Amino acid sequence: MTEPVTDWQTDWDHADPAWADDPFAIWDGLRTTCPVARTERYGGGWLVTSHALIDEVTHDTDTFSSQETGVREPGTNTKKSPPITTDPPDHQEHRRILLASFGPRSIARLEDGIRAYCKELLAAVAGRSTFDAADAYTRHIPTKAIALLLALPDDDADQFRSWVRAIMVDGHEDPDARQQATADLKAYLRPLVAARRGGAGDDVLTTVANAELDGVPLDDEMAIGMAYLLVVAGIDTTWSALGTALWHLGTHPGDLARLVDEPELLPTAVEEFLRAYAPVSVGRIVTRDGELGGCPIRAGERVLVPFGAANRDPDVFERADEFVIDREANRHAAFGLGIHRCLGSNLARLELRVALDEFVAAVPSFRVTDPAAMAWTRGHVRGPHAVPLEVGPSPKGTRT
Amino acid sequence: MRLEWNQQRCVGQGLCYAKAPELWDCDDEGYAVLKVAGDVPADLEEAARVSARSCPEFAITIIE
Repeated sequence: MTEPVTDWQTDWDHADPAWADDPFAIWDGLRTTCPVARTERYGGGWLVTSHALIDEVTHDTDTFSSQETGVREPGTNTKKSPPITTDPPDHQEHRRILLASFGPRSIARLEDGIRAYCKELLAAVAGRSTFDAADAYTRHIPTKAIALLLALPDDDADQFRSWVRAIMVDGHEDPDARQQATADLKAYLRPLVAARRGGAGDDVLTTVANAELDGVPLDDEMAIGMAYLLVVAGIDTTWSALGTALWHLGTHPGDLARLVDEPELLPTAVEEFLRAYAPVSVGRIVTRDGELGGCPIRAGERVLVPFGAANRDPDVFERADEFVIDREANRHAAFGLGIHRCLGSNLARLELRVALDEFVAAVPSFRVTDPAAMAWTRGHVRGPHAVPLEVGPSPKGTRT
Repeated sequence: MRLEWNQQRCVGQGLCYAKAPELWDCDDEGYAVLKVAGDVPADLEEAARVSARSCPEFAITIIE
């Protein structure tokens, strides 16, 4: 266990428990006093909390490289997962392999399968007066979506959910388990990629297995790295966003009632969940000595970019610290800014919209059992460890 | 009113065509496609403003 943070301006740490409990207060404090904060942890680095600086870091890919997107102890971060870890000029070519598979039209084809699966999960908790929505619902949906997208065997879902947890959630506590799970997941993907070389399926794993760069098929390392990214980037991010949305509705009965009464508000509400509770922070590496917001930066240093901090900057958003369920125009940065905009954003939106739609239709009245006992994940992705709910009586006039 | 946009800045965030499908479409890769050339029809001016204010990349400008 590392030393607790006592001064966020000079010693920030996204693995600190205070970051998990309430990052918003930390970001708001830094944005007004010290929008480029320093740490000597992780080999030395910077934390930016204003929209303008987050915009600058994400768009200046010459100075801020994506070769290591995790801010971790130096030397523990060796995974290459194109295109998220690729810089220009190769980035666009790597990304193009996947882009059409994740475009809105391709992703829309998954809606029926995801919706049917949500109904199945909700049928299993029907009639219960209490349940953990993370355990019963939110953690299953992104896993299913990725399994559908990559055409992975359904029976393997539990296994790769546990790998993702070890890599993304428990890794801060147990780096050895993270290394092991990473190796196991890649070993699982290796024969699947090999089997789909030359195949004609329309799933994304087949697309990756048969992709070419400059007329040459991707080698195993690159194809497996890409498939690995699709699994780990698409699962805990989305279950975090979905769990946080249910936590919000379970602690804000007025917002829940509005969604139940006005389901057409859902796409707008989804954007506000993403803005207010953007779960992801990414890392960059400084490529050359220079200056960031008036601070001297040196090649090799880390920069941590919490997109949720951009989303709460009052210079860009009115009522930035309030959740406004019908916020009409919402230029949030939950999916990142610039060329690394989350490839899976259309899938994440679809999952959030469908999963919340089905949830409030099936469970129109619920509340978080003990809001003070909520525990949140630390590090690069913030979401609830569990969402224990008590189900209330169905309000009159709701959809059944 | 006209819509101007910086196509170089578009990374496919997808909010313009979600907010104003009468004015914006997308290609297969998710990049925006502006559907109206010239003046925005009067009944779509509000939608045009919302789409401009929804772009995370600040790529859309309203010319009045």
